[in-house]
Amino acid sequence: MSNPQGERPPAGQNPGAWGNFMGWLDERFPATETFEYHMSKYYAPKNFNFWYYFGVLSMVVLVIQLLSGIWLTMNYVPSGSGAFASVEYIMRDVEYGWLLRYMHSTGASAFFVVVYLHMFRAMLYGSYRKPRELVWLIGMGIFILLMAEGFFGYLLPWGNMSYWAAQVIVSLAGAIPVIGPDLMEWVRGDYLVSDITLNRFFALHVVAVPLMLVMLVFVHLVALHHVGSNNPDGVDIKKHKDANGVPLDGIAFHPYYSVHDIQAIVVFLFFFCAIMFFAPEMGGYFLEKPNFEAADALKTPEHIVPVWYYMPFYAMLRAATYPFLGLDAKFWGLVIMASAILLPCVLPWLDRSPVKSIRYKGFASKFMLGLFVVSFVVLGYLGAVPPSPIATGAAQLFTATYFLYFILMPWYTRVEKTKPVPDRVTMR
Amino acid sequence: MSGDGTVEDAGDLASTSSEPTPVNQGRRYFLIGATSVGAAVGVVGAAVPFLGSWVPSAKARAAGAPVTVDISKLEPGQMMTPEWRSQPVFVINRTDAQVENLKQDNARLADQDSEVEAQQPAYAANRWRSRRENLGVFVGLCTHLGCSPKLFADAQPEAFDPNWKGGFFCPCHGSRFDLAGRVVSGVPAPTNLPVPAYRFLSENVILIGEDEETS
Amino acid sequence: MNVMSSQTSASTGGNQSGLRSAKRLLGVAFGSLIMLLSVPALAAGAAYEGEHFEADLNDLPSMQRGFKMYVNYCIGCHSLQYQRYEKTADDLGIPHEIALENLVFTGQRIGGLMVNAMAEKDAKAWFGGKAPDLTMIDRIKGSSYIYNYLKTFYADDSRPLGFNNLAFPNVGMPHVMAELQGIQRNNVCLQEPVIAENGGEKRDPLSGEPITEEVCDNLVVDEGTGSLSAEEYDQVVADITNFLHYVGEPARADRNRIGVFVLLFLVIMFALAWLLNREYWKDVEH
Repeated sequence: MSNPQGERPPAGQNPGAWGNFMGWLDERFPATETFEYHMSKYYAPKNFNFWYYFGVLSMVVLVIQLLSGIWLTMNYVPSGSGAFASVEYIMRDVEYGWLLRYMHSTGASAFFVVVYLHMFRAMLYGSYRKPRELVWLIGMGIFILLMAEGFFGYLLPWGNMSYWAAQVIVSLAGAIPVIGPDLMEWVRGDYLVSDITLNRFFALHVVAVPLMLVMLVFVHLVALHHVGSNNPDGVDIKKHKDANGVPLDGIAFHPYYSVHDIQAIVVFLFFFCAIMFFAPEMGGYFLEKPNFEAADALKTPEHIVPVWYYMPFYAMLRAATYPFLGLDAKFWGLVIMASAILLPCVLPWLDRSPVKSIRYKGFASKFMLGLFVVSFVVLGYLGAVPPSPIATGAAQLFTATYFLYFILMPWYTRVEKTKPVPDRVTMR
Repeated sequence: MSGDGTVEDAGDLASTSSEPTPVNQGRRYFLIGATSVGAAVGVVGAAVPFLGSWVPSAKARAAGAPVTVDISKLEPGQMMTPEWRSQPVFVINRTDAQVENLKQDNARLADQDSEVEAQQPAYAANRWRSRRENLGVFVGLCTHLGCSPKLFADAQPEAFDPNWKGGFFCPCHGSRFDLAGRVVSGVPAPTNLPVPAYRFLSENVILIGEDEETS
Repeated sequence: MNVMSSQTSASTGGNQSGLRSAKRLLGVAFGSLIMLLSVPALAAGAAYEGEHFEADLNDLPSMQRGFKMYVNYCIGCHSLQYQRYEKTADDLGIPHEIALENLVFTGQRIGGLMVNAMAEKDAKAWFGGKAPDLTMIDRIKGSSYIYNYLKTFYADDSRPLGFNNLAFPNVGMPHVMAELQGIQRNNVCLQEPVIAENGGEKRDPLSGEPITEEVCDNLVVDEGTGSLSAEEYDQVVADITNFLHYVGEPARADRNRIGVFVLLFLVIMFALAWLLNREYWKDVEH
């Protein structure tokens, strides 16, 4: 029991049965303390805007994926001969099986939507800056694990696209000089993607990676609540506190942001359910047509594309067409893709601006962030179209601009003229 | 959301408001209640597919469909054990002497007249617990904890019962049943062996899992 | 480039907030997403365009007829191995006894899968390979493809089985429903009116007679070779296509029905959540 300030009822007042129980519990377990630390006495800046919803939405999707995933596992058969049929068994014979399956497939795409927007928020308002470097790094860890989770999970339906996408991505490892071919075989456990590969991907997808994900999400929140949330103005609300040590610009997360977030969750669920119930294939982007055909090692789909959320990185992979330093283009494609994924990790140390938020940064920062977003989206488009000289040329150009956002950051954030940052947060 | 009384002092949230606005406590309680009820409805609705997916699937139902059993080769005194819904079913052709024995009063039985209605369809609620006197049909799983009892058909002293008149003995926990599947009192099993719904398709063919009522 | 200049003006505009420029970026992102969703390369790469056919899940009689046609003409070779007779009968409103009597020819129970008994060895000898299972054909190829495929078989002596197909060139399957449709010939030349640029038929300025030209890409059925009229055959094909559309995703009708209630519920929930939020945020100084 606690009010927004977390005060206990004054001594001598009859605490009632509930109060007695909580007293008993608190002596043995930090229930009230934990609730206050993370909810009712966690003071968040009062000027959060639209962009601050995507953190809680990521948690909602995580729960959806865990639940629907556990339930799918109850009827899924992880074997080359049984996997595809078991998915159709779930779709047809299991009561509400289709709903569980669509929940999971829609959830996979929704996860990346909210996580990409959540990450963009951090870039927009400098949430990765000191003292939140670790929050950002843990978040990057979550992102990379999420990409792995999506990749392993994509093989499980054992459709033809699943099969060949896994084949192609595992073959990437073959680009590494010297150890590549052996590494490829080791990852698959066979000479081609097979039953054996499916079984290990299944174990990773349903046990190993989710465990790590949940732990990292927990650590992400612990780190965040230790340093406190950033805000759209990028000012430190802890500089101005009242007599009780409560930040003047802070409000208790519970109830103010909990009621705030409920709205966002309902709106999110509306879009989520609209897709799940009325367009689960999402025009072939959430569920791809070739994947309704069982895996066939003798028949490659006409046009192999990864799921939409990998497309920007896939486009960068394909953009490498020249050998360099005596190593072939395939290897450099891998290097470029890996760097594109990993480079955001060093953002906290690339950004030298005296201000955090894009609101007070100069023109160069705004332009470069815009260029970054355009590059990312265009690369996503280019990853979806069949390779052509024009597409490859464009992919090379936008790969360059994607990297320039990071590489030039130490320079343009220092030289540009910034605006004065207000002392207190602004509501707009 | 949790509706745990967090609102009581919300009015003097000194940190954010210089002049506390009066709080309409009743309205807050009402909205918390309404949102909580809505959320509860949502949670129940969301639970439906998860819980509902545990009922037997179409595949399980197809596998559990009624089975036909040909009894033309079943000699008096013999038993066969077809499978229905993955359970063993005892189909036993009792001799006339055995049937006569079943009809006698027997104080050792817990429910000799098959009065526990759930254990058999109405047409088997008699002392021989079957449609045709000789032919017994029972689900072969002990009503104690689900082991499958063994047939000891002959009336002779057995290690587990010196006064044995023939019937089924469960090796797991020693429950005993007579040749009509009626439980002996004083054993762990509480009730007689269940009789499944069944009917005769012809003189020598029965359909287990379906009768005139359930078809 | 357009995109970048709008970003430029947003930035040079002086007192622009990050949120506003972010909104513009979001607009750009959504624009690109729409662009993305219209990538033609992802559509099935069929060369033959054919007619557009929109399957209708509300037309129960059509799907029932399609079911009957399927078990009579198709299932001997093409199984529906993931689908059960019972579910199909239930979803299409057919009582089990009627289904068992008229639609189940394989000795299956009502709960059985819609498989067939053709051995792979025989299939290989007769047709050069096992006929594909068609449970998911509608989801892979789409309804229009099935519709056109069933309509565009034509006689072709160069093919081993004497038939070819426009939607699936050099297909290895015989025209099973030739007795219904009749023998169809491709590239038949007909006199057709010339269409002017304004969309009307061109007419001879003196006589007023329509000007015609010879067009040679027509599919024409030899008169009297089929037992059905063209309209009747089209209906048969539509029935089978509707049926296969249902079989591709039997849950479709369920999900659309349930979805409406879920969305309505969420709208009500939003109203409550919005009111609750507004009530609490009265405390917060803006």
